[in-house]
Amino acid sequence: GRGLSPVMREAGRCRLGRAGTVPGRRGERGQWSWFCPGASRPRGGAGLAPWIPVVGLEIHAQISSNSKLFSGSQVQFAAPPNSLVSFFDASLPGTLPVLNRRCVEAAVMTGLALNCSINKKSLFDRKHYFYADLPAGYQITQQRVPIAVNGSLSYSLCIDHKMSQMVTKTVRIKQIQLEQDSGKSLHDDTRSQTLVDLNRAGVGLMEVVMEPDMCCGEEAAAAVRELQLILQTLGSSQAVMAEGQLRVDANVSVHHPGEPYGVRTEVKNINSIRFLAKAVDYEIQRQIEELENGGTILNETRAFDSKLGCTVPMRDKEGKQDYRFMPEPNLPPLILYDAKSLPANMNHQQVINIDWIHERLPDLPSVKREKLVEQYGILPEHSFTLLNEDGLAEFFESVVKQTHMKPKKVIGWILNDLLSYLNQHSLTVKESPVSSFLLADLLNLLEKKEISSTAAKRVLAELWKGEGKTPLEIVKEQKLELLQDQNELEWICQAVIDGHENEVIMMVLG
Amino acid sequence: QRVSVEVLDHLEHLALVDFRDSEGVERLQKAIQFADQLHEVNTDGVEPMDSVLEDRCLYLREDNVTEGNCTKELLENAREKVEEYFVAPPGNIPLPKLEERETFLQGS
Repeated sequence: GRGLSPVMREAGRCRLGRAGTVPGRRGERGQWSWFCPGASRPRGGAGLAPWIPVVGLEIHAQISSNSKLFSGSQVQFAAPPNSLVSFFDASLPGTLPVLNRRCVEAAVMTGLALNCSINKKSLFDRKHYFYADLPAGYQITQQRVPIAVNGSLSYSLCIDHKMSQMVTKTVRIKQIQLEQDSGKSLHDDTRSQTLVDLNRAGVGLMEVVMEPDMCCGEEAAAAVRELQLILQTLGSSQAVMAEGQLRVDANVSVHHPGEPYGVRTEVKNINSIRFLAKAVDYEIQRQIEELENGGTILNETRAFDSKLGCTVPMRDKEGKQDYRFMPEPNLPPLILYDAKSLPANMNHQQVINIDWIHERLPDLPSVKREKLVEQYGILPEHSFTLLNEDGLAEFFESVVKQTHMKPKKVIGWILNDLLSYLNQHSLTVKESPVSSFLLADLLNLLEKKEISSTAAKRVLAELWKGEGKTPLEIVKEQKLELLQDQNELEWICQAVIDGHENEVIMMVLG
Repeated sequence: QRVSVEVLDHLEHLALVDFRDSEGVERLQKAIQFADQLHEVNTDGVEPMDSVLEDRCLYLREDNVTEGNCTKELLENAREKVEEYFVAPPGNIPLPKLEERETFLQGS
């Protein structure tokens, strides 16, 4: 239909609460339908039982810290190969892990923001597997008792495409665990070798496990987007997917209503939130087609190919892995305290107080949105968009402070005019050639009725060129001032009437 | 109860050990028997202990950069290098299947 994004046209729209059909199948074996739980009777597919897709996510967020989880080497994105590597990171014999306090605080903050129970005692384990970028042959993780469990994340979705109706959904957080990142492998197929850079080996990660409460690509994407905003607000991770600071693996399966869950596949190599939605929807469709054709789903790992828009089996991951988990013998349990259990005579630097961290949590995106709605009288959908664009909420508030125009009117200029310009030119708010000062200046002219709103849009288009002119200068240049003089207005109207005698006569005659 | 050939083969794949001869397998067998003695103790309601150091304080380090920048030293041990990268085979080279490799386990 009109207005649907390409993703949804290809993969079949999952309309929350209503059935979606897989397009392109008309006239073939009938329409297959899949829908989110809680839907009414599904449309289409004479007699064909509908499918319920089930989507869970495993998200790895790189902790924003100066040094690594268990060593003092630097954490930095682009650096000469193997320059940010200590002897421990390279797994040279005789080295031992030393836990970074900042990484623990980041995990506690994130757990609290996601409504988790923080485990006052958590443990570290070794997960064994062989790969060139894992020099120790094992990863230190938290398999038995992770640092945080049983949380939840609320996120919003628009029911229709006009962004006029939003619905809130919740996904349960199974756990958050601290673990090491691996190094990076660069595959050189021409020389049949792999080049290994250990700069990333040992960087702290928070693995956030989301229960399979989602049902389609759109929900998965919205949940991850909200998590990204939360992490960025907390500062526990910068969560930039393009730089590998946020990596998402999706677990997907389908089943008929009332039947047990189907076999699930794991989808990896998803590099953006947009691709996440695509990958999940493709995999749901692939599984449905396979099962409808009488095939079976293998419990396998698949990679998303962004060029082809499909998932393919991954070569190196045949069969179930046996990680031979064992306790990390070099690290005693991690003990966290709260106000009640705080030990009297322990060195402050060695103590992490959960309550102290809780008191200092910043306002989460959901709270910020509510405050914007309450303070400025804008719609929830508006505040959603304000927070979705980096710096836009601050820009809006800055304009409101500098103008007499009501926030409810200002928001239109921000969301309809400014934002569409930014999107058209692929600019961030920070890169905007129109500052909040200039926009406020313009809106003041409009508010004082010195120009019409049509004229204001023309001035904005001119301001966009970034030539350093003020709104007033542009108004004068293009003679856009509204005439206030009654006599002059009458004179102009009379002149128009005089110049169009025939039309006037016809109008008078009715 | 003897350890099966399938499990021994599985272990050789996972840990890249080589049981080499009957003595090696027997040593493993005896180690398991020795550890099995633990089952004779009733541990109902007792939390497992992984280390006698479990009451020690886990030391927390301040988040400062104190290491790294020793590329040359690290690469000294590498058999092959390309422009400061370590060089590895293109992917994991799995151990050949039991039937296809020369191992003591074949005969058993």
